[in-house]
Amino acid sequence: MSAEIQNELVLKADDVVAGYGDAEILHGVSMDLRAGEMLAIVGPNGAGKSTLLKVLAGTLPRRRGTVELFGRPLESYDRRSLATVVATVAQENSIAFQFSVLEAVLMGRAPHLGAFHFETRRDLEIAHSALEHFDLLALARRPIQELSGGERKRVFLARALAQEAKIALLDEPTAFLDLKHVADIFFRFRTLCAERGMAVVATLHDLNAAALYADRVLLMKDGAAIACGSAEAVFTEQNLRAVYETDVYVGRNPLSGALAILPIAHRG
Amino acid sequence: MNAARSAEGAIKRGAKGESKIDLDAFEGAYLTRSRMMLCLSILAIALIICLLVAASFGSVAVSMIRAFSDASSPDHAIFFGVRLPRVLMGAVVGAVLASAGVALQALVRNPLAEGGILGISGGAALGAILALVFLSTSPISDAIVPIIAFGSALIATVAVYRLALLDGRLEPFTLLLIGVIFNAFWGAAIMLVNSVVNFYYAHNILFWLMGSLESPSYREVEIVGTLATIGFLMLMFRARDMNLLSLGDEAAAEMGVEVDRLRREIFFATSVMIGAAVSVSGIISFVGLIVPHVLRLALGSDHRLLLPASLLGGAAFMIIADLVARVAIAPAEIPVGAITALCGGPFFIYMLRRQGRRPFAL
Repeated sequence: MSAEIQNELVLKADDVVAGYGDAEILHGVSMDLRAGEMLAIVGPNGAGKSTLLKVLAGTLPRRRGTVELFGRPLESYDRRSLATVVATVAQENSIAFQFSVLEAVLMGRAPHLGAFHFETRRDLEIAHSALEHFDLLALARRPIQELSGGERKRVFLARALAQEAKIALLDEPTAFLDLKHVADIFFRFRTLCAERGMAVVATLHDLNAAALYADRVLLMKDGAAIACGSAEAVFTEQNLRAVYETDVYVGRNPLSGALAILPIAHRG
Repeated sequence: MNAARSAEGAIKRGAKGESKIDLDAFEGAYLTRSRMMLCLSILAIALIICLLVAASFGSVAVSMIRAFSDASSPDHAIFFGVRLPRVLMGAVVGAVLASAGVALQALVRNPLAEGGILGISGGAALGAILALVFLSTSPISDAIVPIIAFGSALIATVAVYRLALLDGRLEPFTLLLIGVIFNAFWGAAIMLVNSVVNFYYAHNILFWLMGSLESPSYREVEIVGTLATIGFLMLMFRARDMNLLSLGDEAAAEMGVEVDRLRREIFFATSVMIGAAVSVSGIISFVGLIVPHVLRLALGSDHRLLLPASLLGGAAFMIIADLVARVAIAPAEIPVGAITALCGGPFFIYMLRRQGRRPFAL
C-alpha cells in the first residue's frame, strides 16, 4: 500500500455537538482519521466515547458541527451506501432467533446485495476470509447461541469485516475478554490496518492496551476532547490525573519499552 | 473500493492467482437458491396432498369421480359448492396468519409474537363486526368489511408496539402483557356490541370470537387472496432486512436498513393480511406461533426461506385443522379457532418456559 493511500484522510469531524433528549453529551468534539490508522478513544465513564461513535456511525443525529467521510458530508450517504463505507460493532451484541456463525457473518454482505440476490461465490469467499481472520472457520456451522462470550464477540467483528468497509468503529471491542483474546483482536485489526489500509476507531477502557496498540489516542472527558496524539504525548501523569481524578504512575514496561500506566493506590 | 480489491488479493495470493478456497465446509450452513427451492417444493407437495385429502373427506361421503364427471349430481354440488371454497379459504387464512406471524416476530425480535396473541386479530374482529352491523346494507359490504378490519388491525398493531416500547426498548414480557390486555379489551368491546344488537347479528358475533371457516364464497376467497398476496409480497421484499433486524434496531441501521421505514412496512403488510383473514374467519389464534416455530427448527431462521415456507406450511396446517373441525364430531362442527387454541395454548406455555431460560434466544 502506497504511502499516499495510507495517509488519505478518511474521516473528519468538526465541532460535533450531540446528545439524547434534553441531555447534551458532546459539547463540540473535533477529530480526524487517516487510512491505515488505529485511533483509540479513552476517557472515564460518561465521557461521551460511545456517543461520539454513534454520531460517526450516523445513527445519532448531530445538533451542530460537521462530519465528513472521504471528503463527502455524512448526510450525503444513504443508509445502505454508508454501510459499505463504515462498519460498526456495538459494545453488546445479541441476535434473536437461531442463526449459524456463517449466516451472521454473511449478513455483513447485505449492504452489497439486492433484496432477492443470493450470496455469490465471491460473498462466500469474503465471509471465508473474515472467518479465517478471526479464527472462526471451525465454528462456521455452529449456532451463535452456543458460543462463548469471546467467540461471539469475534463473530460480530468478522461480520463487520465481511462488510468490507474502509472504516471500522468498535465500541469496547475487548470488554470482558481475557488477555490473550485482547492481544489477539488488536493484532488482527493492526494487520487489517497495515494490509488493507483499514482505519479503525475503538473506544477503550484499558489505557495500557490503548498505548500498546493504537497509533493515536483521543482523550475525552465530559463530552470534550482533552488531548489527541501519540500515547506518549497524551498519557502524561498530569493529563491522566486531570481526566480520571486519581493519581497514576506512567512508566515503561522494562521488557517491551511500551508505556505502562498504573493507578497509585493510597491504602489507609 | 480499495478494501474490496485487497480482500480479493488476499484470497488470490493464498491460491496462486486462482481462487481455490474450499467452500464445501459451508454446505448447508447458509441459504442457497437450490436449498430454498427444495424446501419450498417439498412444502408445496405436502400442501397439495393436504388440499386433496381435506377436499375428499367431510361429514358426507362424496364420490370424486361423480363430482368431476356429472355436473348435476349432488356430489358435484357438495364438492365445488361447499367443500372446495372452504378448503381454499382455509389455505388462504392459514397462509396469511403464519407468514404475518413470522413478520411480527421479526419486528419485535421475539418468537412468541403473533396476531392473535398480541391482540391484533381482536382489533380487526371488532372493526369487522362494527362494519358488519352498521354497513351490512351497503352494496359493497363484502369489500368494506376487510378494509375496515385492516384499518383496525393497523391501529391495534401500532398501538401494541408503541405501548410495549419503554425507553426505546421492547421487553418481551411487557409486549405479551399488553397483548393479553388488548385481547381482554377487544373481547369486552365485542361482547358489548353483541348485547346491544339484535339476535340475527348475535349469532354471527359468536362466530367471530371463536374463528370459523363456515361457508365462504369464491368471491370472498378472491378478495382475501388478493389482499394477502399484496401483503405477502411486501414482506418478501424485506425478508433480508428482517434477518438484519434480529441483530437489533441499531445494528440493522448500521448495516444499511432504513429501520423506521421497514417497521412501517411490516405494520402495514401484516395489518392488511390479518385484517383480510379476520374479516372472513374471525379470530383464529396460535397458527402464527406454531407454524413458524416448527419451520424455524426445521429450516433455520433465514426469513427469505421462512416467510414463503410459513405461507405454505400455514396453509397446510389450517386445512388439516379445519378438516378435524369438520369431521371430529360430525355432523356437528367445532369452530376451527377452538382446535388451534386447544393445540396452541399448551404450545405457547412450552415456548414461554423455554424462552425464560434463555431470554431473546429460541
